[in-house]
Amino acid sequence: MAERVLMKGNEAIAEAAIRAGCRHYFGYPITPQTEIAAYMAKKMPKIGGVFLQAESEVASINMVYGAAAAGMRVMTSSSSPGISLKAEGLSYIAGSDVPALVVNVQRGGPGLGGIQPSQSDYFQATKGGGHGDYRMIVLAPASVQEMASLTIKGFNLADKYLMTAMILADGTIGQMMEPISFEDAEIETYEKPWALTGTNCERKHNVVNSLYLKPDELEAKNFERYERYKIVEQNEAMWEEYMMEDAELCVVAFGIASRVAKNAVAAARAEGIKVGLIRPITLWPFPKDALAFAAEKVKGFVSVELSMGQMIEDIRLATQCNKPVGLCNRCGGMIPSPDEVLESIRKAQKGEF
Amino acid sequence: MANVTFHTDLCKGCGLCVNACPKGILAIAADKINKKGYSPAVMTDQEKCIGCAFCATMCPDCIITVEK
Amino acid sequence: MAVVFEKPKALTDAVFHYCPGCPHGIIHRLVAEVIDELGIEGKAIGVAPVGCAVMAYDYFACDMIEAAHGRAPAVATGIKRCRPENVVFTYQGDGDLASIGMAETVHSAARNENITVIFVNNAIYGMTGGQMAPTSLPGQVTQTSPYGRDVNHCGWPIKVCEMLSTLEGPEYITRVAVNNVKNVKNAKKAIKKAFQNQIEGKGFSLVEVVSACPTNWGMTPQQALEWVESDMLPYYPIGVYKDRTAAKEGTV
Repeated sequence: MAERVLMKGNEAIAEAAIRAGCRHYFGYPITPQTEIAAYMAKKMPKIGGVFLQAESEVASINMVYGAAAAGMRVMTSSSSPGISLKAEGLSYIAGSDVPALVVNVQRGGPGLGGIQPSQSDYFQATKGGGHGDYRMIVLAPASVQEMASLTIKGFNLADKYLMTAMILADGTIGQMMEPISFEDAEIETYEKPWALTGTNCERKHNVVNSLYLKPDELEAKNFERYERYKIVEQNEAMWEEYMMEDAELCVVAFGIASRVAKNAVAAARAEGIKVGLIRPITLWPFPKDALAFAAEKVKGFVSVELSMGQMIEDIRLATQCNKPVGLCNRCGGMIPSPDEVLESIRKAQKGEF
Repeated sequence: MANVTFHTDLCKGCGLCVNACPKGILAIAADKINKKGYSPAVMTDQEKCIGCAFCATMCPDCIITVEK
Repeated sequence: MAVVFEKPKALTDAVFHYCPGCPHGIIHRLVAEVIDELGIEGKAIGVAPVGCAVMAYDYFACDMIEAAHGRAPAVATGIKRCRPENVVFTYQGDGDLASIGMAETVHSAARNENITVIFVNNAIYGMTGGQMAPTSLPGQVTQTSPYGRDVNHCGWPIKVCEMLSTLEGPEYITRVAVNNVKNVKNAKKAIKKAFQNQIEGKGFSLVEVVSACPTNWGMTPQQALEWVESDMLPYYPIGVYKDRTAAKEGTV
């Protein structure tokens, strides 16, 4: 039996990062993710690591860029408005093909929004946020255990594919306490011959850069990067299926919304409705094949989201609009009750999406 | 005795070396055009050069080598 | 005969893209000469800015990284905190350092981040074609101050050395110029000290180099250097604005 410890979601991320070999954290305070910074501030000095509170989110992501270019496992964490500020650095990190881990413990928006849980940064995380053609691997934990395991996975994937891995969590899981284990964690390490280490006058200089003034070179660089992204899409999509074997309806939800949805699916099953759940664990790459496969069997989908409906667009794309997709949503920090989701399932059962 | 060598092909003809030379022995060769399309700086009287390297000190393109 | 002056080894063979007479080339060379003399090419990591010196990563032979506009001190901080044994420097212009990157500048100085900052002040945005900079002089005509910089409308120039020297944090803040042979030689001494300070673990060292932009000032290279003397230096006086070690030892 693996040893289990009771931890808060945000702290689980911080502890997992340290176990993954992260020794450099740069951040700026913002609710509701501050426990990550506090944990790092306490731990890093004792293990020979660096915790540095930057003057802004902009500065902290650029410190991450420098540390990543120096070849280190490095991370920052923030919440929605702070991630908007980090968008500049995310684009440069992508354009320079260096690996980093960025955590977004989402709160409601737009603008200053609120400090309660939300999933309304789905577009920002999966479609860009910063400028230019680029992707990030987006991991959506639905439990404190996954806050830890996906953080470790995120570091591995970032190093493997030389890109940013984003943990797209929300305020609920960040603040929630659950027993977790670190024993199954697999830490992968990768060579970084491109890193800034100093030439030692033994090799040509390494240049970490995203500027390509010649259009043909920039195009070639983007094509090359998208070849890599294609491999990520082929190999790294993760999702969980619940009661999908004989399902005639499919609920799709991620993160905290998926836990509410799971309860609603169980309740609907008790009423005799053949409904299942697909929970994307990676939001990019989106588990398109799982959705497309489900679309061949079910009569429709219900997307449960803590936003005005953002993932619903990816469900429609993945299923090529072959089946209707309904939306069950709350936003601004509100969370749907299992009964609200159950009501959406009942409606869908009657053909009302 | 000193020797000044210009990497003439890379000269942009800015003239800062000409102004820096205490002996007044450098000039922009208005009748010449280098590969970059500029009239380059040239030495007019090598004998008078004292090897002070003022020209090289002010050259923004590192095209001057001074020997002494 | 022995070679008494040649291109430093810490510069690559790449030809500078700068305009004729642009002092960026002189300042690049001074940094490279210092790297050579201190024997630190193998340990040096440079951070290039956004602005005319954006392609500095092609010119320095050491490891290099290209930062976003104004963020060089933050990027340098990230590198230096990971690799304290390396020698990390930024090379930034006035728009980069004193406008969009002011927060990064001030806070890296306040933290006494052990990095070396080369700040080139030519009172204009060169790369974008000559717009008003945070250091453009009162009355200075630029593309975006076509009737001269009106301080009642857009404020006063920022004197970076004077401002940073009010902070407890930084080790060494100095202003030099490259408008004549004597000043170029003194500029090199200051740059060397700024690198030595880092090697000795003393902390944040910034050298402001008052420079020129003949193209966007609409002058010949020589006229531009004369304008540095007549107009820039009275507003931005050369001098050591902060030297903590010297102050402690009573040498200033």
